[in-house]
Amino acid sequence: MSDLLERGRFLLPAVLLAALPFYLDAFWLRIGLFSMAAAIGAVGLGLLSGTAGQLSLGHAFFLAVGAYGYVWLAGDSGPGLPPAVALVLAVLLAGAAGGLFSPVAGRVKGVYLGVATLALVFLGHHVLLTADSVTGGFNGSSVPPLEIGSFAFDQGDDLTVLGVPFGAEERIWYLGLALFALTWFTARGLLRGRPGRALVALRDSETAAAVMGVHVARYRSAAFVVSSMYAGLAGVLLALSFRRVVPDYFSLALSVDYLAMIVIGGLGSVAGATAGAVFVTALPLLMTRYADQLPLVAAPGSGDGSIGPTEAARYLYGAAIVVILVFAPDGLTGLARRARARIARPRPPGPAPSDPGAAPRPPATAVRAKEHTP
Amino acid sequence: MTTLVDNLFNGLALGAVYALIALGFVTIFKASGVLSFTHGSLLLLGGYLTAILHDDLGFAGALALAVLATAAVAGLLDRYVLQRIGTDPHAAHVATIATIGVDIVLVTDLSRRIGGDLLGLGDPWGDAVTDMGPATVADSRIAAIIVSAVAIAGAFALFRFTPWGLSLRAAAEDSEAAALMGVRLTRVRMLAWCLAGALAALAAVFLAAFPAPGLERTTGQIALKAFPAAILGGMASPVGALVGSLLIGLTEAFVAGYQSDLHVLGEGFGDVAPYAVMVLVLLVRPAGLFAARGAARV
Repeated sequence: MSDLLERGRFLLPAVLLAALPFYLDAFWLRIGLFSMAAAIGAVGLGLLSGTAGQLSLGHAFFLAVGAYGYVWLAGDSGPGLPPAVALVLAVLLAGAAGGLFSPVAGRVKGVYLGVATLALVFLGHHVLLTADSVTGGFNGSSVPPLEIGSFAFDQGDDLTVLGVPFGAEERIWYLGLALFALTWFTARGLLRGRPGRALVALRDSETAAAVMGVHVARYRSAAFVVSSMYAGLAGVLLALSFRRVVPDYFSLALSVDYLAMIVIGGLGSVAGATAGAVFVTALPLLMTRYADQLPLVAAPGSGDGSIGPTEAARYLYGAAIVVILVFAPDGLTGLARRARARIARPRPPGPAPSDPGAAPRPPATAVRAKEHTP
Repeated sequence: MTTLVDNLFNGLALGAVYALIALGFVTIFKASGVLSFTHGSLLLLGGYLTAILHDDLGFAGALALAVLATAAVAGLLDRYVLQRIGTDPHAAHVATIATIGVDIVLVTDLSRRIGGDLLGLGDPWGDAVTDMGPATVADSRIAAIIVSAVAIAGAFALFRFTPWGLSLRAAAEDSEAAALMGVRLTRVRMLAWCLAGALAALAAVFLAAFPAPGLERTTGQIALKAFPAAILGGMASPVGALVGSLLIGLTEAFVAGYQSDLHVLGEGFGDVAPYAVMVLVLLVRPAGLFAARGAARV
């Protein structure tokens, strides 16, 4: 019975998300798509930074490897593979790039890794600009649409489902949903299983974990590789949604965005990373759309010195990072958990399964423990 | 031959400026265990203040005020934001991420104010040059080397001879023991942040001076190149930071100077060469060149 309820918790959101393309227009679907792609990447970074305690500012690089890998592998300038194969290979390529960095990622610890990974972003950006036969240089290149069998995820032929015309956004929506579900369940599996526990032990005390039989360098490298693969997947989905990739998108600012996502959402949990990803992605887009209705915010391009929507969004989320870290270090998930606890407290203890808050939490989120003194 | 001397001077000047920034990183790291990602925006703040004040106060007055103001902002930031997060080693990790948030807010605001402009700082060197044997060197470069050397010597004297320097070194060695001996850790680390802020504001002047066109909104990003410098030196060693900075400055200048011979690496590789050097060093010595690592306690 409780097993059924546990499943039901996922069924309802899944049905809701699947129904959205029938009701929302392309603008909202695009926000949703970018959020899903960001969530996939953020879950990957959450595994590394939240669970394993390794700071990474190189996430933009692995997104770029995924995106450009897909474009090149499926495009005319490269081998021109079937797009579905290119997608899988692009993810593996991002993982391999993470693996190549593992001599550093496995041995360099915590915030040091953050600085070391800065190098990846800058060097990667340089390569994207320079190797223009592969990447298209400064102007980037267009993204070949994904095709599975004879079904293409683009405007293509007219397709109408239940009276709703299905354009590119609607089609990619379901692809994004499937990939996000894959990410959600694999990441939770990893976190709840042996690897997750090993990584948490490693974060809390390297020496203690090593004594318990956790191979320190191997687990650190593995966390880095897995996180890179999620980033690669996110990169492919972003490329498919943007339909064009340019080097300047994959800058340090993007890496910082991803870090902001997992911090705002709450370190060490899949749901937190997702919530943070939606917040950070949707905020600037929504503020741009509704700029004329917001106080203190000028419409985009209305001259020097005024606060445009992009800036307003950046103020907001920069401040959100600081405020959350100062007042609620466990982020949105922590706030939600405490709110649930407060609501649940006055009630007498009853049958637990009726309360979704009483469902078992992943062990990784339960602990915010001290790091050892360096 | 001329190119060699030119590049050498460029590299030294660049390295001297990086050293100002990297010394700030290292001081903050020693005092608080925090890696300051706010440094780019502090640098930009110092430069911006100098730029808007020099008409009224003259260059020296504007610079002095900018240095003091930036130091104050850095100190207050540490005291009222970062120290609220906590002062234990785990909190340092969290505070590092918080500095990124602060950086986003400050950089957004300053770039909004600067816009697409290039701000002159009104420095006295202008575009004057001096003939030095086989090479012609910009006066601003010579000034960068001299001023940095004096400032760095001053900082080292602070570490070595003042009660604050002694407290800082004690706190870096063992913060608990230092606190028990009566060292006020909150004040020590706040002053460390002040010093770092002042050095960053000073560095801004030379990053915006000739041959750079002026202060732009992206000038702050140059501070990030001092990260490789500090990491090369092992992060907790001021001397290491100096050596790392010179290494990074010289690498960048030489790669940029001999770019035509290095065209395989692509145009503008000089800008990213510091990071390549950092990765190479970390592959061989993950703890940096000058790090003395003790055994970790459980």
